[in-house]
Amino acid sequence: MATTELTAPTPGPAAPEPAPSAQLSNAQQAAVRIEDKARISRWLLTAPAFVTISIFGVLPLLIIIIYSFLKAAPYGGVVWSPSVEAYVSFLFQADIFTDELVFSPDFLQIYVRSFIFAVGTTVICLFLGFPTAYFMATRSPRQRNWWVLLITIPFWSNLLVRTLAIMFIIRDEGLLNNVLIGLGITKAPITILYTDFAIVLGLFYSFLPFMVLPLYASLEKLDFRLVEAGYDLYASRPKVLFRIIIPLSRPGIIAGCLLVFIPALGAYVTPLILGGGRHMMIGDLIAQQFGSGRNWPLGAAQALILMSAVLVALFFYVRATTGKMKHGQG
Amino acid sequence: MVELTGLPAVEAKNVSKTFGAGPDAVVALDNVSVTIQQNEFFTLLGPSGCGKTTLLRLIAGFELPTAGSILLEGQEVAHLPPYKRMVNTVFQSYALFPHLTVAENIGFGLKMLGRRRAERDAQVEKMLRLVKMEAMRNRKVHQISGGQQQRVALARALAPHPKVLLLDEPLSALDLKLRKEMQIELKRLQHETGITFIFVTHDQEEALTMSDRIAVMSHGKILQIGTANEIYEHPVDRFVADFIGETNFIEAEVMQRIGNQGQIRLPSGLSIKHELDPIAAVGGKVTLAIRPERIDLVKPGADCQLSGKVENIVYFGTDTHFHIDLDTGGDLMVRVQNRRGFQEVLKTGDTVGLRIAPEAMQVLKD
Repeated sequence: MATTELTAPTPGPAAPEPAPSAQLSNAQQAAVRIEDKARISRWLLTAPAFVTISIFGVLPLLIIIIYSFLKAAPYGGVVWSPSVEAYVSFLFQADIFTDELVFSPDFLQIYVRSFIFAVGTTVICLFLGFPTAYFMATRSPRQRNWWVLLITIPFWSNLLVRTLAIMFIIRDEGLLNNVLIGLGITKAPITILYTDFAIVLGLFYSFLPFMVLPLYASLEKLDFRLVEAGYDLYASRPKVLFRIIIPLSRPGIIAGCLLVFIPALGAYVTPLILGGGRHMMIGDLIAQQFGSGRNWPLGAAQALILMSAVLVALFFYVRATTGKMKHGQG
Repeated sequence: MVELTGLPAVEAKNVSKTFGAGPDAVVALDNVSVTIQQNEFFTLLGPSGCGKTTLLRLIAGFELPTAGSILLEGQEVAHLPPYKRMVNTVFQSYALFPHLTVAENIGFGLKMLGRRRAERDAQVEKMLRLVKMEAMRNRKVHQISGGQQQRVALARALAPHPKVLLLDEPLSALDLKLRKEMQIELKRLQHETGITFIFVTHDQEEALTMSDRIAVMSHGKILQIGTANEIYEHPVDRFVADFIGETNFIEAEVMQRIGNQGQIRLPSGLSIKHELDPIAAVGGKVTLAIRPERIDLVKPGADCQLSGKVENIVYFGTDTHFHIDLDTGGDLMVRVQNRRGFQEVLKTGDTVGLRIAPEAMQVLKD
């Protein structure tokens, strides 16, 4: 290779160092030229990807990181002087009178609650989504397309509209309570709206398709001859499910859980409307800092803390699931 | 070893299977009855769509018969799910579990049967040795070759020591050399394990070389059951004669009959004595099936039944195929082994005589 010629060590310091090109034959020079051209065109072809990632991925993240280390301006925006105040105020609050820093778990509580809500939503979505996806994947190819269509139809209307619709259904004078009272199941309306239950219900409803679709994609690819082989080898129905179908659809389960958990953790509209602002989640909290809170650095810091938490959770989740895979596959 | 209960391993009694309903219904099996003995290497042979795989799947339990019963060592199993039948299948696609290792695949059936770990491990080791895959025990399925996957599939199906092993065209995905090796290997495994093998194939050569008995199937029916020799030498009808090996068909007329013996006239005008089927009436037509290797090429005019012109000569190494245009119309294929003889000097366009021993002419029902 021409490149190895170029980097080969020249013999002894006494020998005058000839220009590298002088050592190369015409053919080798031509080869180098072709390689250079190939390198340039490779760069040009990959440039759009780099530009996209830089402008829409790296740059916004950099802005958030920088803002989180600045001081808040009184009416929103930032004062350009470095500070870790935002991170300190995440866990501590300055006492009004003494200015002493006191531990305040208010934000932390919201984070913990959001995690619980997001995990709960993911688990419910998985338990109801798996049978749904399995049902869809085992229909005839023509029928499958209809089921996929039905699952994706909610995406065609606005999330806000759908969330408001849920609100009208579950409120005290709503459809659900009217039906329950009408059937004599309950005398007084059951309060659902503005409870934790309402939030998780809304999250579950919003994110169910994100669970069903990746599960469906991996179950649809499942070779059902393997299921038959399982039955042939004395595995009963539950054993086939747990020893063959679930292990083989693990990629879909992982993808579905991530696609539900991450957006559920940062959900904004659903907890705002169905939680009535009383049961805040991380998304609402961050939005508040950029809005009425007028504390951009704190909002930026909260967003970054959320991101770090997600990354840590992801790290353990992926390690646990792939670890199981390795174990399962020997 | 399988204890011999004296009962047939598998009995299918008047089994029918229809897929779908109404005008779209497809009859895959039409009133099929067959008895497969213990320790037999039994082959279901037929073209694709003849119902052979359906019969296998009915025995395995993947399909339920529309009518009829299936007995496994004398016990009715038609209503039992596959996991309650001591029958294992080697699938055409192998259907090995990709998330398990070779050893885990082989041990799967025993694990599901609830066997203890020590017993399982011992049996898996035995199976790995049996199929010569000891070195691959910890490999994943995608890390081994097609031929090795085939061996693992065999070992996995044999490990629980089923009463019957069902093999659904297991060699069709292998190349010719490997297929030949596996044919010998399968015979060895059957001999060593003493398990009844039911083998499905569309490859007549595979069927002839491996089977104790063969059932030739077509359009959901079993046409003939017999040993390889019986089926090759005495095919019952035109389909069987045509499907197994190469065959020439000649129309002949029944001249007279006395009991089973009759006099039939060939198109050349020559009349010969031959054993006749009871249904062949005097004056009627019969079809004679003649294997190409049972015809001798001789100088014309000598004592030969037919004569014709050499139309085409194809050299095959061990033998040569001659396509002969008969003087009486129609054509014949003749296969002659390549050794010193008359055929050496033959060229396209030469006139030849054909000599056929009477016992080489098989009178067909149809």
